Amino acid sequence: MDFHQRQKTDNIFRKIFKIAGLLIIGILGGIFLMLMYNSIAFFLHFKPADFLTDTQWNPGNTSHAEFGILPLLVSTCLVTAGAMILAIPLGICTAAFLSEFASKRLQTILKPIIEMLAAIPSVAIGFLGIVIVGPGIAKLFGIQSGLNALNGSVLLAIMSLPTIITVAEDAIHAVPLSYREGSYALGANRWATLFKITLPAALPGLIAAIMLGMGRALGETMTVLMATGNVAAFPKGFLNSVKTITATIAIEMGEVPYQTTHYFALFAIAAVLFIITLAVNLLGESAINKVRKFQ
Amino acid sequence: MKKFINYLNWSMLAGSTIIVCLFLIVILIELFSKGLPAITIDFIFKYPSEGMTKGGIFPAIIGTVLVTLLTTAFAVPFGIACAIYLGEYAGNSRTTRLIRAAIRNLSGIPSIIYGLFGLALFVQAMRLGTSLFSAGLTLGLLSLPYIITTTEESLKRVPTTTREAALAVGATQFEMIKDVVLPVALPDILTGIVLTLSRAAGETAPILFTGVTFYTSGLPGSVTQEFMALPYHLYILSTQHQSVEQVRPLAYGTAVVLISVVFILNLVAFYMRYKRRRYD
Repeated sequence: MDFHQRQKTDNIFRKIFKIAGLLIIGILGGIFLMLMYNSIAFFLHFKPADFLTDTQWNPGNTSHAEFGILPLLVSTCLVTAGAMILAIPLGICTAAFLSEFASKRLQTILKPIIEMLAAIPSVAIGFLGIVIVGPGIAKLFGIQSGLNALNGSVLLAIMSLPTIITVAEDAIHAVPLSYREGSYALGANRWATLFKITLPAALPGLIAAIMLGMGRALGETMTVLMATGNVAAFPKGFLNSVKTITATIAIEMGEVPYQTTHYFALFAIAAVLFIITLAVNLLGESAINKVRKFQ
Repeated sequence: MKKFINYLNWSMLAGSTIIVCLFLIVILIELFSKGLPAITIDFIFKYPSEGMTKGGIFPAIIGTVLVTLLTTAFAVPFGIACAIYLGEYAGNSRTTRLIRAAIRNLSGIPSIIYGLFGLALFVQAMRLGTSLFSAGLTLGLLSLPYIITTTEESLKRVPTTTREAALAVGATQFEMIKDVVLPVALPDILTGIVLTLSRAAGETAPILFTGVTFYTSGLPGSVTQEFMALPYHLYILSTQHQSVEQVRPLAYGTAVVLISVVFILNLVAFYMRYKRRRYD
């Protein structure tokens, strides 16, 4: 091939690669616009103030349909908060064990286990919620059905653990050795060093781990759809059935007629979910950036 | 007293780790002990029959394979092209920082929102209908951020001297990438792709409104038809079926097949990474 031909090819591919790169921005923009457009269409039919303050989600009521996001939002937050209460201590303790105490050999066994846990599809975890966790909760608390917020929390904790452990372990591992040596030199033992020096130094990374885990829990669909019972009443506690934002979209989008108020409403609650997960992920990211600066 | 506290601390950390491991062990024992007996040759190769209370899951397996192949065909070239642009062509400009920010945000978006986007863009705006094609494209969008990130990491691992050597003997930048950089980075890139696909194969939420259906009488004849998929089949069998208790063994069997598919893909990736490390 002559030189000009080769340069031409080179130029063409340079452009193709650039277009591929720019399309990524287009996809994010497209998702954003799609949510905006449909949410605006919804708010032309329904007052935004009612959307935010109404305590009922009752779209089926033909004479007086109600689209209050509060019960769904509180459900999502309740399930996620429960998951974090379980997963944060477990995850950080496991990360500390992996990074500070486990031998190289033990690490090569434990890390694949955590990767395997991360690889289990969400629908399989949801299935376990139905066949093990649900009946277990029902027996433990003496209630009829175990399909409730607590069930969802337990499952989401399991699902967010691999994320939390991996990111937290990296953060703990990244604390310079000299910090620990300094602490030992002053006469502190292993535990004082871990709790007073290493973990505080790794704090931004630990926050990032928690945020990323939380982001995963907030957006999880199939698990909560299968395990939390999906009752749209205002959630009262962990032992009540709840219906999260994600589950509502998954259930109702399949049945709703195209371009009705209800249809647009589902995009509006998706937009709220989008904003929440975006904020949580951005918080996590800014924490990670702090770690980078610190190193 | 001090000894006791040390002991307590130790058991707290080790205990947490054991609990995390127990989660996996309990999950696997529960699924495999009850699911393996349900798996027979008929279960793998037969169609569901008698209202899905008997028969097998063959169309769901094929549907999952087909949709994953479509995902690959769409997301892999696109993702690699984007990673090449970021890693090889663009420096640290405003545009690249914007692209990187977009990739990070995309990877954090809940999968159900990808499902809505697929519904609005592919099913409705592009008039592809609820089909294998729409679902494959939607899963492709979901996989893109992961493929780009892992590919860019793989490209970074190719030494600069290798690139300089290619340029020094007169290769254009594209020839350098095509003939030198990509072949060197290929094993790493493939590892990332296989891991991404294992994730896509297990996803349910993005395909809910874009093409999956609970029953088809045959295999999808073209990409414009609806299809069955393993994760959705498990969801239907365990929650939506009218006699949930009766089909429970089938649900366990489906779960085992689904998890096996995902784990086998992971093992392949794991093996490729292991071999590559030894080779270095």
